[in-house]
Amino acid sequence: MQLFLEQVLNGLQFGMTLLLMASGLTLVFGIMSLINLAHGSLFMVGAYVGATIVARSDSFLLGALGGMAAAAVAGMLIELLVMRRLYRHDHLDQVLATFGLILFFNELVRLVWGRQPLGMDLPAWLAGSVEILAGVPYPQFRLAVIAVGLLVIGLLYLLIMRTRLGMRIRAGAADRETIGALGINIRLLYTIVFSLGACLAGLAGVMAAPFLAVESGMGENILILTFVVIVIGGIGSIKGAVVSALLIGVADTLGRAYLPVLARLWLDPASASNLGAALASMLIYLLMAIVLAVRPQGLFGSYHA
Amino acid sequence: MPKPPRARFATVMLLLLLALIPPLAVLTENPFLVTMFSRALIFALAAVALDLVMGYGRMVSFGHAAFFALGAYTVGILSTHAMQDLPLAFGWTGSNEALLAWPLAMLISGLYALLVGLISLRTSGVYFIMITLAFAQLIYFIVISLSQYGGQDGLALWGRNTLAGVALEDPISFYYACFGLLLAVLYLLRRLVGSRFGRVIEASRQNDVRLRALGIDPFRYRLTAFVISGALTGLAGALLANNSEFVDPTLASWMQSGNFLVIVLLGGIGSLIGPVYGALALLLMEELLIALTEHWQIILGPLLILVALFFRGGIYGALRRSSG
Repeated sequence: MQLFLEQVLNGLQFGMTLLLMASGLTLVFGIMSLINLAHGSLFMVGAYVGATIVARSDSFLLGALGGMAAAAVAGMLIELLVMRRLYRHDHLDQVLATFGLILFFNELVRLVWGRQPLGMDLPAWLAGSVEILAGVPYPQFRLAVIAVGLLVIGLLYLLIMRTRLGMRIRAGAADRETIGALGINIRLLYTIVFSLGACLAGLAGVMAAPFLAVESGMGENILILTFVVIVIGGIGSIKGAVVSALLIGVADTLGRAYLPVLARLWLDPASASNLGAALASMLIYLLMAIVLAVRPQGLFGSYHA
Repeated sequence: MPKPPRARFATVMLLLLLALIPPLAVLTENPFLVTMFSRALIFALAAVALDLVMGYGRMVSFGHAAFFALGAYTVGILSTHAMQDLPLAFGWTGSNEALLAWPLAMLISGLYALLVGLISLRTSGVYFIMITLAFAQLIYFIVISLSQYGGQDGLALWGRNTLAGVALEDPISFYYACFGLLLAVLYLLRRLVGSRFGRVIEASRQNDVRLRALGIDPFRYRLTAFVISGALTGLAGALLANNSEFVDPTLASWMQSGNFLVIVLLGGIGSLIGPVYGALALLLMEELLIALTEHWQIILGPLLILVALFFRGGIYGALRRSSG
């Protein structure tokens, strides 16, 4: 039972990382109708810059800010130089261009940081654990990730639902021609939204860095999971992203913890751990196939196809 | 639709050049060129198959690596069992005969394409891209879990298949086997897209509603095209397993699916022959850039971005326009 609680919390923590990625990606898609395969590269940029700053300055906060800023700047440059020219193009051209961006960024970090993966140490003040229940210790850093995730999503909700900028973003998602005709600077709005999404991806990268090897290509695994999240949630829907990120995070973590154990009921230990691990990796894709077979537009999807 | 003369001329020259690669390689004493170009032909075959669904039916599959890997692993597994005389199923010990292994590779890939198509063709646009990607990830994790066939490390073949008893170990015979198959597929698909079937596929891309109003259910046509495309990609996978005598999970990775997409777009979508140009162009670009720098992807990436921004219609599109 204790283990189960820990696994659920681990799942929530993973779900928060996915959510930070998914909210940016789904905003960009919902508002600009843009497929951005390079969103994972922004995650990677955040992780690399964050890990480097933490190693040099020994300050996790500085690292987090630096990672977010680097990803936001990279995102802004991508939007100004490449994406801006692609809004009127087919999705196919967007896939090709952002695929090119992935190759570029993966090689760029190899050039700058070398082929050896970086590690990131936890900050001392977050390295310990606290008792969440009597006799159940849980790592502080993971709790902090969950807290930051909740906070950021709360702020994002306020930004989108309660501010003028948010109103424009929502209006842009609903009908971009009308909002342009009303005198809103659409190009600026797009640049802001894209950089905002990039910044969230950078934050996700910094917060995931202590759990991962910071290496070239690290963005792709999380990118594919993020796509699964936004497709299950319904593309363009923030509410859908929240529900499905937490669902996927928990389902994936529990699957990895318990499917190998379950498989041992029927199989010998060696093939059980093998099959269990394979099933756990496939679980979320199966979940996605089932959701889409029943609701092709995703759980909360509406107008976008 | 008559093709403009310059594009047709270029295609004839391209195919002629491909036919002459082995003697040229022998004459210039660069025998490695034969295997290198076999690889390009195999990727061209897979990309032509992808172009059938992507170019004509706007079914943007980001999961064709699954069919590729299934074809390759079929050949790899059958051959391993045949060489070690291990029973595979029902006491059958696999086979090293191409006439058996290659159609079986197409059958297995085709069946998986049927399953994927049944679910994913209910969606379109971005959802279709993502769901095909997810189905490819399933295959990726399945082949990684096949520990008896190498798992993550992949599986080295004992040798190439034999074609009707004739060994394909000689790179030149294997090259011509690939070239012959590519030509046959190009011819058959050209006939297919020109037929009533092809018209329905194109019409379903342009206006699904009108097609339904005419009393034609596009779903079955699109599904059939998807299965044909998957089976042909499986054939390409079977050939690649023979070419490199090695199969591994990266064949099913999403980068592989991306590669096929890049080849189609670089060569020219919706032309069938375009991907052949694309496969050769990508191969030549990679070889040139690798010779230039170890960090060649830092150049290839921006080149692909430029293609997406300014070179719409790809190489074959440009050829067609220039004769316009």
